[in-house]
Amino acid sequence: MGAVIQVSKVCKTYGATVAVDEVSFEVQDGEIFGLIGPNGAGKTTTMECIEGLRTPDHGTISVLGLDPFRQVYKLQERIGVQLQQAQLQKRIKVWEAVDLWASLYRKNAVDGERLLEQLGLSDKRNAWFMNLSGGQKQRLFIALALINDPEVVFLDELTTGLDPQARRAIWELVRGIRERGKTVFLTTHLMEEAERLCDRVAIIEHGRIIDVDSPERLVGRHCPERTVVLATDDPLAEERFRSIPGVEVENDGGSRFTIRGRGDELVTEVIRCLSENGMRVTDFRTILPNLEDVFLKLTGHSIRE
Amino acid sequence: MMLRGLWKLTWIELKIFMREPLGAIGTIVVPVVIFIVVGRVVGRGVSPQALNASGFLRVGLPVLASLLIAVSTVLSLVTIISIYREGGILKRLRATPLRPQTILSAHVIVKLILTVATLLLMMLAGKRYYPVGVHAPLFSFTIALLISTCSILSIGFLIASIVPTARFAQPIGAIIFYPMFGVSGLFVPVAALPPAAHAVSRVLPLTYAVRLLQGIWTGDAWSAHIGDLAALALGFVVCTAVSAKIFRWE
Repeated sequence: MGAVIQVSKVCKTYGATVAVDEVSFEVQDGEIFGLIGPNGAGKTTTMECIEGLRTPDHGTISVLGLDPFRQVYKLQERIGVQLQQAQLQKRIKVWEAVDLWASLYRKNAVDGERLLEQLGLSDKRNAWFMNLSGGQKQRLFIALALINDPEVVFLDELTTGLDPQARRAIWELVRGIRERGKTVFLTTHLMEEAERLCDRVAIIEHGRIIDVDSPERLVGRHCPERTVVLATDDPLAEERFRSIPGVEVENDGGSRFTIRGRGDELVTEVIRCLSENGMRVTDFRTILPNLEDVFLKLTGHSIRE
Repeated sequence: MMLRGLWKLTWIELKIFMREPLGAIGTIVVPVVIFIVVGRVVGRGVSPQALNASGFLRVGLPVLASLLIAVSTVLSLVTIISIYREGGILKRLRATPLRPQTILSAHVIVKLILTVATLLLMMLAGKRYYPVGVHAPLFSFTIALLISTCSILSIGFLIASIVPTARFAQPIGAIIFYPMFGVSGLFVPVAALPPAAHAVSRVLPLTYAVRLLQGIWTGDAWSAHIGDLAALALGFVVCTAVSAKIFRWE
């Protein structure tokens, strides 16, 4: 294990607009690392600086020990890239694209036909690019990103515009990439995607990294609130719940209670209280904060705005 | 290694072009048909003596048709480059170890292949159906046309570097190229042009292409056209250098 990507104090401005502002982070070998934030936060610019497609104004980047600016061709041999909203020639056939890409790399490419099979594109190998569905196009782009058996794979907004089913299928494929021992660097504005897929995420807004950690630890650190919603007819319920230290209890006037507290212990405490008192419960739900709440807390607005 | 990529890309681009609904017909068939039809219409009822005197039928029309081939392939190159840029295809290719020059070279090769194919077709059809027949040094003429096409292509790249969107590529290209024919000396001798047009004519590569092609068609030696070749080469170098500076990949 070690850092595969090191980004240090990278800045990039376009005219008067600061796209990336003093961004620093590291991506470890074999992890899925997500750069998350709203559209226009600087995700793509940061990623394209790392891929060697853009030159930062300041700061240093190292990928697999290479300088993406000076050693871009060496780097491109060893990384796989999927770009946001990229297209291929309308009338290129699926197998032609894979074949072409395989010919562009110095080292022996992986077996293109097998790759298409693994990505569920075998029966589309003779189809024109323009006739593929959104999900099929993205799977083809994943195939092209994997054709040179890269050490690091870059995926930029991979599932944007896909329906939930296609999105889930793509997530499985990305997990498969990690299982082959590759490092994955992705960007997304979908918090659910980041939560389900990423080992660690960096939250970026207005070109600045706000925090970096695993989704669970980010939630634990910034949103320790836990909520239990339950229904019980026990007449002493409210009194008993209030005896749990550090909680806030709300009753809707009927049998429904909302118990708010902090930390992972809350749920255990509520369950213990219920079992110790032998209370009969007809409904029990926990509401846990997620990355979406972390984002809201850290930036003061929702990621969708 | 990079040659493998160049060859593959060229071959695929050629296949893709042939799959375009109007690709092959537009660039290959139309100029040939125009050449034959105009030749027959203009040539109808012209007596054999007059035919010999008809400079336009003997030299002008073949040269015009050849240059139309060149310009139409260049226009389609301008369009393709801007579509590829708009669709992020150029950027996607650039994110591979493929050198930018290789990507553009593949397109140039495709266009040159199409130019030669169209020219050959025109010659074959001309021998059979053209009223005055085709009597020209075909090999030299093909080379001269390729040289002219390269020079025109470099202007095409310059246009492709600056057109904002794919929608405007074709019309902007047409507006720039077709008027060049007017002052190229093809219809009216350059010397007979008004002074302003004369000056414009002297800086446009098409003028030199016309002179070169007409000369080679009528049997001139290459040595008689060193000046034209130099002018075409200079235009090529200048346009290529400028577009290399200002070319946008996305």
